Amino acid sequence: MSEFAIDVRGLVKRFGEKVAVDGVDIQMPRGQVWGFLGPNGSGKTTTIRMICGLLNPTQGEGTCLGHDIVHEADQIKLATGYMTQKFSFWSDLTIRENLEFVARLYQTPSMREHVDVTLETLGLTKRQHQLAAALSGGWKQRLALAAVTMRAPKLLLLDEPTAGVDPQARRDFWDEIHRLSTDGMTVLVSTHYMDEAERCDQIVYLANGKVVTQGHVNDIIDASELITYRAEGNGIRQLASGLRGQPGVDHVAYFGAALHVSGTNRALLEQVTANREQTSIEWQEVRPTLEDTFIALMAHASDDRRPHA
Amino acid sequence: MISPRGIFARTGAIFTKELIQMRRDRLTFGMMFAIPVMQLILFGYAINTDPKSLPTAVHAEEQTAIVRTLLQALETSEYYDLVLETADPEESARLLASGKVAFVVSFPAGFTKRLIRGDRPQILIEADASDPAASSNAIARAETIFTQALRHELTGALAHLAPQPPPFDLVVHPRYNPEGVTQYNIVPGLLGVILTMTLVMITAMAMTREVERGTMENLLAMPARPSEVMLGKILPYVVVGAVQTVVVLITARYLFNVPFAGAMWILLLGVAVFVLANLALGFTFSTIAASQLQAMQLTFFFFLPSILLSGFMFPFRGMPNWAQMIGEVLPLTHFLRIVRGVMLKGAGIEDLQGALIAMTLFTLAATAVAMMRYRRTLD
Repeated sequence: MSEFAIDVRGLVKRFGEKVAVDGVDIQMPRGQVWGFLGPNGSGKTTTIRMICGLLNPTQGEGTCLGHDIVHEADQIKLATGYMTQKFSFWSDLTIRENLEFVARLYQTPSMREHVDVTLETLGLTKRQHQLAAALSGGWKQRLALAAVTMRAPKLLLLDEPTAGVDPQARRDFWDEIHRLSTDGMTVLVSTHYMDEAERCDQIVYLANGKVVTQGHVNDIIDASELITYRAEGNGIRQLASGLRGQPGVDHVAYFGAALHVSGTNRALLEQVTANREQTSIEWQEVRPTLEDTFIALMAHASDDRRPHA
Repeated sequence: MISPRGIFARTGAIFTKELIQMRRDRLTFGMMFAIPVMQLILFGYAINTDPKSLPTAVHAEEQTAIVRTLLQALETSEYYDLVLETADPEESARLLASGKVAFVVSFPAGFTKRLIRGDRPQILIEADASDPAASSNAIARAETIFTQALRHELTGALAHLAPQPPPFDLVVHPRYNPEGVTQYNIVPGLLGVILTMTLVMITAMAMTREVERGTMENLLAMPARPSEVMLGKILPYVVVGAVQTVVVLITARYLFNVPFAGAMWILLLGVAVFVLANLALGFTFSTIAASQLQAMQLTFFFFLPSILLSGFMFPFRGMPNWAQMIGEVLPLTHFLRIVRGVMLKGAGIEDLQGALIAMTLFTLAATAVAMMRYRRTLD
């Protein structure tokens, strides 16, 4: 048994001329919760689909739970639970019928009891005979999660599972993921939410089909060598437009009534902030947030996604 | 704000959007041109309500110049195509039942002698009249053909025999549907048409529905093999096909009084193979079409030649060779031979095995294509 749940090297996926994934390496130990981050179109979904055998890589190789991702897709499908970005259960089946379908397909023993327990845990016992179409977004996500975790897969691949879900439902969702992880399940979850990223053991940040950075949240912030100043006071709107494009200023972002001004060159950044001291604005150096770091990473990642000459 | 310019701009915007979308959907765009062209060709060239070159067996108990002349006349009339000779009356019955020939023309022993004596000997034409439209013109022409042929032959010393009333009796035995009831031919055929239309369309939608609703990715992420998906999706419609068959057979029997001359088990065997052929084809379509609309269009594209070239609406033998060759590929053509053969002619399994084998081959080919085209990944 491989020590890694996911062990892929040099994964490349081209769709015609377009390179969606461009040499991704991931070695993810068993039993951890990893976050998969990156802007839209950075190749997160494509990478996940290659890992679970839904897409054949153009180049590269690897294993998922010890099974070859190209030749042993059937074993991978049996042992992993993949939750698609878009709700992909059958809306013209009831909640119970959806769960029973999955249970039958995976030959879950004592299927009825299993479904009963799942419904109970979900809190959907009373609504089990409603069509899945009648569920709200948050409940659909819970149904989908229940359907993929019901048969206790060893690895969960979740593609933006909480997109468009309210904060309470998101919190419940993450409690469930951590509970599953405690039971030994490995979880790779893609997300755009910074608070969710902070709940992960490690983060893999993807941009333009490449892994830009990887590690624990604090390590990533440290490794970015980003310096951030917080500006507060009257006239930050004018200040923001004045700062954008100044040498040394990598990005300027609003945080409520305050402004985060970040860059990697301390001397230049201090010059910019010093020039502004005569105004009514208060400056203070702060630790960059994960969001500051990611915005900086995104800005640095080149936008050229065509094949290399 | 109802200004003419506004109306023009908004209509124009929608018009442009529709044009773009129409162009993007290649298959639909293609079908808009392919279907009318196919209709023109099929209706214009393939369909012939005055069928000629009908395969005919000859059972002549003597070979004389006059008999040969009469047969020659049949051949040159273009209505009859003398494909084989037989000496055995039982064999001629089998040839008719299996549909290998449409007519058996018999000349009795001593025909020539009795003709010359002026005894008015008989010429017997046994006709497959299960499709009244296919055989009636040829039958109607037979007497004229023979009479004119004799007019050339009976010259000189025999000129006095040149017919005023023909010097022979033409006896026609229209078999299987002696009264020429059109329903007897159409109603059993409708069983095939109904099964084709509903089953191909329903299964063609089977996969495209998953794709359109976004559930395909989920299905693919599960460990089900293509053959398992295909079987699981097809089997419910086998039940549908069975119910349809029962309904049509009961209606045929009690509403239209269509006779049932043959063995039920042969018909049911034919129905089973035919249903599978249509379901396999529908599943193949559903691996080609990208949307449910495209699946409908493919179904229609297949349905049109099935109706026109199978012998359901127009006599199969009346079509030019190329159209008959296309017809031979279609499962409906073979199914019609089975259902009409069993119900109207009482045909046995040995008469229909060719049709059964043809439908089986079609099913296997369609299944192979479906299995090759079914993608297990999202590539």
